[in-house]
Amino acid sequence: MKNSRIRVLVAKPGLDGHDRGAKVIARALRDAGMEVIYTGLRQTPEQIAETAIQEDVNVIGLSILSGAHMHLFPKILKLLAERDASDILVIAGGIFPREDIVELKKIGIKEIFTPGTDTNEIVKFIRANVNLP
Amino acid sequence: MNLSDRVRKGDIRAAAKLITMVENDFQHAQEILKELHQYCGKAIVVGITGPPGSGKSTITDRLTKHIRKMGKKVGIVAIDPSSPFTGGAILGDRIRMQDLSTDKEVFIRSIGTRGHLGGLSRSTQAIVKIMDAMGKDIIFIETVGVGQSEIEVIKVSDIILLVVMPGMGDDIQVIKAGIMEIGDIFVVNKSDRDGTDRLISEIEMMISLNGHKKRNPSIIKTVGTENLGIDRLWKEIERLVVILQENGEIYQRRRNRIKKEIYDLFLENWQELFLQFIGEDRLENEVERVLKQNSDPYFTAQELTKDFKVKFLKGGN
Repeated sequence: MKNSRIRVLVAKPGLDGHDRGAKVIARALRDAGMEVIYTGLRQTPEQIAETAIQEDVNVIGLSILSGAHMHLFPKILKLLAERDASDILVIAGGIFPREDIVELKKIGIKEIFTPGTDTNEIVKFIRANVNLP
Repeated sequence: MNLSDRVRKGDIRAAAKLITMVENDFQHAQEILKELHQYCGKAIVVGITGPPGSGKSTITDRLTKHIRKMGKKVGIVAIDPSSPFTGGAILGDRIRMQDLSTDKEVFIRSIGTRGHLGGLSRSTQAIVKIMDAMGKDIIFIETVGVGQSEIEVIKVSDIILLVVMPGMGDDIQVIKAGIMEIGDIFVVNKSDRDGTDRLISEIEMMISLNGHKKRNPSIIKTVGTENLGIDRLWKEIERLVVILQENGEIYQRRRNRIKKEIYDLFLENWQELFLQFIGEDRLENEVERVLKQNSDPYFTAQELTKDFKVKFLKGGN
């Protein structure tokens, strides 16, 4: 009997003080039938990578508002690569200057969602890009 | 190195992958669990249960930090409910365990109930085994927030903590059968709040009426967020584990667990066989007939059993 579910880690790296956006996303993904691991505020790149591995997630959704993404995201991707976990789909949501979006996609963030994105779009993107066995 | 060897060496990524396999495709994972089984049985399994909001995650976090200082390796299975409508879940127990995630000797796995009732998921026992085979000394199972009858945790644990807090309701709640009867230790958490003394005297009263039990549960006061009472709680767990080992109760619990496990696995195999035998179409047909009052479920089930026996057991008896 197969009973697969898409597992998503919704993480807030850095020093942001609120997580309403992350919670809205977590809720939307849950309603789409996914298992969402939510870890709360102020996560270090090490915590995020290690949690993703222990939980064996298919997707990491990074939510960030502080502007520290160019500093934090590459670290997370590097840690995942070191652990042989680059197969995890990493996406991000929050506020980003346009030039940073180009750069982040180059280094391996698969998609970036900015304020105002319909949550259905995020669900669709995940479903289209995750292959469940 | 194959997957089971890697799990035995404590490889986190391998164990995490195997747990996913157990959750998604149990039949296939069974082959690896077979190899691992012989390395299991060393860990002490501590079930942590109680109503929503009583502080199970915080107590789990504090106990883990406490025993990490003693060098013990810890596995945590944290269970949250899946939506019965979409199958999705928000697994949030890690919020209270943030600092544990980078400790290499602590392995935490959050799981959804995926339709299983009773406070656990169907895969819980297998996940405990995987953590046991990894070499964890202590495995905590944190159940979903339970009401009054989700007591399945008793079937997979060596010892049970029941976390309660003051202000849960009037004293009638305390005498309800089920959940209040399974604790080896009552953890009265948030004991800096009003109503603690009253709650404790109610629990003591209930315990004093327990005629049939060989041993009465102990009561430990904690304030998880302030780390108060955690050392006493751990000492009490250790003391009880020794008692339960010496008087044979842990042995008996494990015996029952294995019996139940064999029974469940057997049933599951037959269930699958039965579903294949009857087939989707016939099942739907029978449902239709009952709905239209052309048959009844008792007769239908008897007939199906008869046919099934004819096919799989010689003679049909």
